[in-house]
Amino acid sequence: MADEKRYLFDNPRNVKAVLYLLYASCGLLLLVDFIIHRHITSHWEKLLGFYCIYGFIGCSAIIIGSKWLRALVEREEDYYTRDELSRPEERHVEQ
Amino acid sequence: MWSSSLPAFVPFFAAAALALVTRGRLRSLLMLAIVTLSGLHLWLLDSEVLVTMSFLDYELLPYRVDKLSIVFGYVFHIAAFISILFALHVKDTMQHAAGLLYAGSAVGALFAGDLLTLFVFWELLAVTSAFLVWAQRSERAYQSGMRYLIIQVLSGVILLAGLLIHLKTTGSLKFDFIGIDHLGGIVMLLAFGIKAAFPVLHSWLTDAYPEATPTGTVFLSAFTTKTAIYVLARGYPGTELLIYVGALMACFPIFYAVIQNDLRRVLSYSLINQLGFMVCGIGIGTALAVNGAVSHAFVHIIYKALLFMSMGAVLFMTGKIKATEVGGLYRTMPKTAILCMIGAASISAFPLFSGFVAKSMIMAAAIEEGHKVIWLVLLLASAGVLKHAGIQIPYFAFFAHDSGLRPSEPPRNMLLAMTIAAVLCLAIGIYPQMLYRLLPFATDFNPYDLSHVVTQTQLLFFAMLAFVYLNLQGIYPAERLAINLDAEWFYRRFLRRVVEKLGRWIRSSDQGIRSTAEQRISRLTAYLAQRHYPTGKGAVIRPTGSMVMYIAILLAAYLWLLLSFPH
Repeated sequence: MADEKRYLFDNPRNVKAVLYLLYASCGLLLLVDFIIHRHITSHWEKLLGFYCIYGFIGCSAIIIGSKWLRALVEREEDYYTRDELSRPEERHVEQ
Repeated sequence: MWSSSLPAFVPFFAAAALALVTRGRLRSLLMLAIVTLSGLHLWLLDSEVLVTMSFLDYELLPYRVDKLSIVFGYVFHIAAFISILFALHVKDTMQHAAGLLYAGSAVGALFAGDLLTLFVFWELLAVTSAFLVWAQRSERAYQSGMRYLIIQVLSGVILLAGLLIHLKTTGSLKFDFIGIDHLGGIVMLLAFGIKAAFPVLHSWLTDAYPEATPTGTVFLSAFTTKTAIYVLARGYPGTELLIYVGALMACFPIFYAVIQNDLRRVLSYSLINQLGFMVCGIGIGTALAVNGAVSHAFVHIIYKALLFMSMGAVLFMTGKIKATEVGGLYRTMPKTAILCMIGAASISAFPLFSGFVAKSMIMAAAIEEGHKVIWLVLLLASAGVLKHAGIQIPYFAFFAHDSGLRPSEPPRNMLLAMTIAAVLCLAIGIYPQMLYRLLPFATDFNPYDLSHVVTQTQLLFFAMLAFVYLNLQGIYPAERLAINLDAEWFYRRFLRRVVEKLGRWIRSSDQGIRSTAEQRISRLTAYLAQRHYPTGKGAVIRPTGSMVMYIAILLAAYLWLLLSFPH
């Protein structure tokens, strides 16, 4: 659509820039771990970059875990409402 | 009349009554002014307040303000103010009145010094809030609100049973530490657990909150569950069971939140996850942990309201709220998008945002008390919060795919309410002492030490990296038009099927019994008919003469008996 206004993230370069900013911050934060001395309260924390690893793996585990959960619990949208509602037009409306 | 012992719920109820009889600007002004005055009144109290009253043989404390309840009192006033402001454009008297009554009931429950008063407000909370769901005025919302109301009222009934047992064992109705070493305490914990959305008892929340009106959900998100958190903090601090319940609550909703399509339902699951942190803090029960739970409740009310407001604004402007149907809205709603991201950063506990200064107290308390596994679980939950509330909400609503929708920014009152909430999120995050001064236990906790800031930032940034990586790899679960089964399956499907089966069984056996009986009866009538038809034996007409003969025989028999037995 030529006449449509182009917005900030319609340009893939801007999206790339945001992503590179994220990569750079992550690299920097990992580097910081080698420089500063953190308070250690439990022995897991002695691992260099513990929080980075835990954050990355934890988040991935949550996402993959929820995919498994979805396989188990996902149902079509009117699973309950087709029995409950008398007005069929409302069965798919979420609000 | 305006004295320090004026219970804080009175202005709210008065405002609700005034909202019924006024319209337009006058009503808006009155509602905001009364709530502001009530908040100021609370703020200016210089000592604890205790109002006693005797009822039958019991000493009741209908109004008690102390260090624990007053913090919640402040934030309830802030939440009420923001929610009312956010709903000002709504031309629906019922919603305004119900919202004020609901907020007033929450404040009443907060300052209840005895269990009977608590019970009364507990039930009022249930009834008044159901109207905010029904105000959506669809059959769907009506049924959802009905389920919500039944479960909430059930919680009240269980509370009543519990408090009667408690009264019998301890002889007192005063509401202080309860604990679970007697039956009354356990029963009441169940009642409180329903409102606090303990696992399995939580499905009323994720069922009804997304069905309420765009503005009603903002009210709902603030009061019911946080009243329950306050009650737990007063009645059950240091109850070890709560640590595990809290950890479970912090974890399981994350997985559900990731796969929800309705964005307000994502926030509802996220709400349970946040309650998990608070319940955990109460379970640990040290001064630091309870402070953490209270301050988490405080900041949570504000940023969760902000998030629900931003989604409410999206719903109000587009009429859509499913991740599959919205997206790319930053183009025409940039202000809402930025405000939403401030809420998202706060709930994710980025340094300088309000979640950070509260959650870290609970984490620190968990480590201090040696709950290392719980600490790890809470850390995972923290990464999960970022994932489902911090990224998923703003990303799917305002970025992700372009839905083609080009709504304008919401009305000014909505933007203003969101701005106030966002400013509070930042202010508390930057000057945490402002919040810490209000806490029930004195504290010199400093969230901004270098290693804490660095570790939290590392955790969050690498969690974001994981999201970006999985999204680019296409592993991330795509938004889909679907729903996900949860504990509500038990009553919405299983019990429904059981009742249907039972109904069918009763109907078929009832039919069997009836048809057998019918057959018998018709056979009997056929027999009688056949006997009384002109040819039947019953139809024989006997002449009067033979009747005289029968009487003569009868009398003869009588005479014979009389002669045989003269005495």
